[in-house]
Parts: sequence; C-alpha cells; structure tokens
Amino acid sequence: MNEREEHLGPRERVLLERVDKYTWRIPRKYKPGMRVPGVVFADEDLLEKMKTDRTLEQCANVAHLPGIYKHSITLPDGHEGYGFPIGGVAATDYEEGVISPGGVGYDINCGVRLLTTNLSEADIQPNLAELTNTIFNNVPCGLGSRRKDLRLTPHELDRLAAEGVKWVVEQGLGWPEDIKNCEENGCMEAANPDKVSTTAKDRGLTQIGTLGSGNHFLEIQKVDKIYNPQVAKVFGITHEGQITAMIHCGSRGYGHQVCSDYLRIMERAVHKYNIALPDRELACAPGTSKEAEDYYQAMACAVNYAFSNRQAITHWVRQSFEQVFKRPAEEFGLGLVYDVAHNIAKIEEHKVNEHTRKVWVHRKGATRSFGPEHLEVPANYRAVGQPVIIPGSMGTSSWVLVGTPKAMEVSFGSTAHGAGRMMSRSAAKRKFWGAEVKKALEQRGIVVRAASQVVLAEEADPAYKSVDRVAEVSDKVGIATKVARLVPISVVKG
Amino acid sequence: MKKRFEFLEHTADAYIAAYGESLEEAFENAALATFEVMTDVEKVKPEAEDLVEVEAHDEYSLLYSWLEELLVRFETTNNLYCRFKISSIEKTPSGLKLRAKIWGEPLNLERHLGKVGVKAVTYHRMEIVKKPKAITVRFILDI
Repeated sequence: MNEREEHLGPRERVLLERVDKYTWRIPRKYKPGMRVPGVVFADEDLLEKMKTDRTLEQCANVAHLPGIYKHSITLPDGHEGYGFPIGGVAATDYEEGVISPGGVGYDINCGVRLLTTNLSEADIQPNLAELTNTIFNNVPCGLGSRRKDLRLTPHELDRLAAEGVKWVVEQGLGWPEDIKNCEENGCMEAANPDKVSTTAKDRGLTQIGTLGSGNHFLEIQKVDKIYNPQVAKVFGITHEGQITAMIHCGSRGYGHQVCSDYLRIMERAVHKYNIALPDRELACAPGTSKEAEDYYQAMACAVNYAFSNRQAITHWVRQSFEQVFKRPAEEFGLGLVYDVAHNIAKIEEHKVNEHTRKVWVHRKGATRSFGPEHLEVPANYRAVGQPVIIPGSMGTSSWVLVGTPKAMEVSFGSTAHGAGRMMSRSAAKRKFWGAEVKKALEQRGIVVRAASQVVLAEEADPAYKSVDRVAEVSDKVGIATKVARLVPISVVKG
Repeated sequence: MKKRFEFLEHTADAYIAAYGESLEEAFENAALATFEVMTDVEKVKPEAEDLVEVEAHDEYSLLYSWLEELLVRFETTNNLYCRFKISSIEKTPSGLKLRAKIWGEPLNLERHLGKVGVKAVTYHRMEIVKKPKAITVRFILDI
C-alpha cells in the first residue's frame, strides 16, 4: 500500500444482497447505525463500477440520517460524492428528520432543459457550423466566463433569485409559455435572498447567462429513436431526425457558495443538536430548526438562479437561430419541452407504509419522475406523466423518459440524472488529448466548439459510464420509462 | 527540485496533495495547485499585489478558508494568481490567523489557458500530515 492508501485505511467490502435483476439491498446489519437499509438500482456492470469508489459505503452512511424513511437509494449512475453519493435519493421526515446540503450537492439545481424544433437534420446541416459558432459566441462558457450584454444590479439579482424564470421572461429573455414547462414553474416560492451571503451574490452577479465549465454543455441534437410514440408526441417529439437543443448547467458560483456557506453552518448545528453521524460530510440540521429553514430558503434562491440561467441561455439560443437563419425563432418551434433539476431538496408528500408523510426529499444527481395525474406535472403533460431528461456525456446520447407511478412506490418519485463518471480527470487527461477527442467527434459528424482543450480530454466519452445502460436500468426498474433517444450533432462546451 | 504539489486519482473532482517544509509553504503550494487546476499558472504574470487575511478555528478550517478566499477573489475580480507568500500563521484567542501576499493579473484568454472552473473547496478527504520538515496537505476541489 502506498502512503496515501495506508493513511485512508483499508477499503471495506460493503455487504450486498441481490433482490432481483436490477436491485440490490445493503442490509441494516451491515453497519450498526443504519436506521433503514440501502437500495441500489443498477445492472451488474454498473454495480461493479460502484465498488471501485466509496459509493456503496456512502449509501450505507446516508441510511444513518435521523428521520430517514424506507431506504437510502443509489441510482444506476451512482458514484462517490460529498457525504452522499452522487446519483441518490434520501427522504426524511419533515419534522422529525434532518435536511443536509450534502444531499443536494454544491451545484444546486444543476439541471437540464430540452427545446424541440420543427426542423430535420437536412434543414440544419448546411448552417450547422455557423449556428454552433454563433451559439458559442452568444453563450459564454469556460473559465471566468461573463456577459457584457447582461449586467444585473444587486437588487435585480435578488429579484431574479426570488422570482426565477418569471422575472427573466419579464425582462424579455423568453416566452410566457416557458414558465409552465419548468419544474416548480421556474420558481421555488420559499426563496429568500436575505438568507444568501454577500459572497454568494458577488460570485453570481456576473455569471448569469453563462454556461460554466466541466461537465456542462449545450448541444444541438437529433432524435435518434422514438420508443414511445404516443408520449413522445405529447412532449413535442414527432419524428426521428427531428432537431432538438439541450442545455445542461447549474447555479454557477451563486449556488456553489450557498452550499459551502451552509455546510459550515450545518457542521456547527450537528454539535448544537447532538446529531450522531458516521461521516462529518453528512452535516445536517433538524427540519424544524432555524438552520434548516435558512438553508432551504437560500437553496431555493440558488434553485431559482439556475432555472433563470437556463432560461436566459434559452433566449440566446433562440437568438442564435434567428441570426443564422434570418427568421423569427418561433418559426422553428424552439419551444421548451421541460426543465428539470437534478440537485435539489423538495418538500413533498409520499406514502410510507400506508401513511402519507410530509418529507424532505433530497435528490443529488437524481431527477424527479412523477407519473400521470400528479398535480405538479404541467397540465398539458398530466395525462402521460412528467418529462424526464437525462443528458449523456459529451458526444454520447441523451434520453427523454417519462415519470411513472412505480417511481412513487420505490424511489420517492425519482430516477437517475446522467451517465456518472468512472474515470478520474487525471486519468482521462493522461489517456486522451483534447485535440484527438475533438477530431474523433468531428469524424462522427459532430461539430465541436469548446472553450478548453483540457476539459475536452477530461470529458471524453470513455470517462463516463454508459448513459444507455443507465436509461435501460431506469426503464427496467420502472422508475422512468424510455420515450426517445437523442444524439448530438453539435456540442458547445466550457 | 522538490515537488510542490501533485494531482491524485479521484473520479469526478480535483484531488490535490501539496507539500512544504513548513505549514506556510504547504499552504502556498496548495494555492498554486488550485490555480493550476484552472489555468497554466506558468503563463500568469505576478503583476498586481493583493493582501489576504483569514481566520479560522483550526488548521483544517484555515486551509479551507484560505483556499475559499482565493477562489472567491478570482470569481469576483477575474484575477488569476500565480505567486503566494504567507507571512504568518498565528495563534489567536479563537484559533488561527493567516496573513499573506498574493500576486497575479486579470484573466486574459488570449494569453491564459482556460482549463476548468472550481466550484468549491471541500473538506472531503482533507488531511494535514506533519513529518519533520515535510508537511503534506491533501484536499478535494469540487469541479
């Protein structure tokens, strides 16, 4: 063992019981403090990958949280995170349980939205390079990206954080119909900018309308295959070869700082309220405490910041189409299918052992997946269920699925969020050259504009688990079922 | 020449080990490593000088606060920093106080390589290992 491994201790083998083809259980007897079992939804291959880092141990640790119901859930894209694995769900009692910023993640409301068009590949191919360049110029991405054309005052930033997408649309950066096609209608009402630190606001002030870097991206895609034509049609996906656009990013420095600030506050709360935890990174506070209330209100601001950011970016994507094709954006459709969060905490009602309970649902690298008839699903989708959007890694497929009643039974109305990494950034950098990654994508006919060659290498497709497998497991378990598979034809990366 | 820092294996983020003969030196190299994640620090010129002062209750939270302050400075001013000199880490009634001078210049993508932004400093796998004249600090930056 090298010095580093010796210092961290031996890797414990987590006890696992197989329940069925795609479900494993971590029994409570594995660790004495587990209040509920852990459950892992995966196929054998994805499970083996989870055993190479601390994913499963973290799943077992989350099961220690006061007030946790049913089971600590790890989804097929699960990998090691801060305290909680990324790709997981934990629901705790609203009053007797705790809320934890680690169960949401640093990038609060990292999420994704999908736009459809009435264009086909043949329509767009002649202008694709120009369109991609125009989007790359209109949507700043990469390190230190800022906009010159949108400068908010601190007061405007507070309004954006309090009102979300509605405020952004009122500024002329969107269409009124965008609002209803956003989770939470683009605004969590609990938002209170007074609970957000000056540091967070300073970080976020200049970053509105920017993509960020790392695994965030903007893609022009085409529909590769439709699996459920009836639901696809309701979502606005009408034919294979149809052009779509996908925007994947989060709350930028605003949200990252909110998480950092409140992790510090929660660390003190753990001592104040005498909460025993197997890992200090599960820092939390009782749901009825001031610390919990403050965090939730600040988190809601960051949630609204991210929804607003994706809305603003949508506006510039539509503008880019207008600039290139010299027609109004509406003529191409470019309507919003849906915008989902995949790092968020919600107050929801769920059935636990025949009783309806009010719970904090932590979704960290997990997407809400409500089925038909649920009132939070937009009226135009309510007959079929909520659109679920799972972005792949750069250059691979992305998926549209639909929420199900089964999700409410087994995963607190949730499913996976993406592919999940399996190769470290340093290993990916050693293995792949950014220029080669770009060339390989271009040889497949994908136009690439990236702000960073280094990130291109780090984000190379083999560094990720297969999103197709993740979508397959979600479908087979029944927590969100396949509607359509999308593939990129151009990629803009920070 | 002794290694100032290196990047360790981690699936999603930047896992850094920084070295020094003193705690101050290890902290300086931790800062250097942090900016190396974002850019090619070699290409950054130490033109403007800034002062940093942070306080915390122990060495772990001091490391955290030091790096977080640098991250916030970058995001709010768009200045990249390439040189760090910690003049002192002193005991105070409530813990520790760090004073430093830092040098850098504004981000200019025509000269500077943009790699990846850092979302946050974390306590994940944070360690401070002290051996005679060989301090190692390890920490993870969320990318």
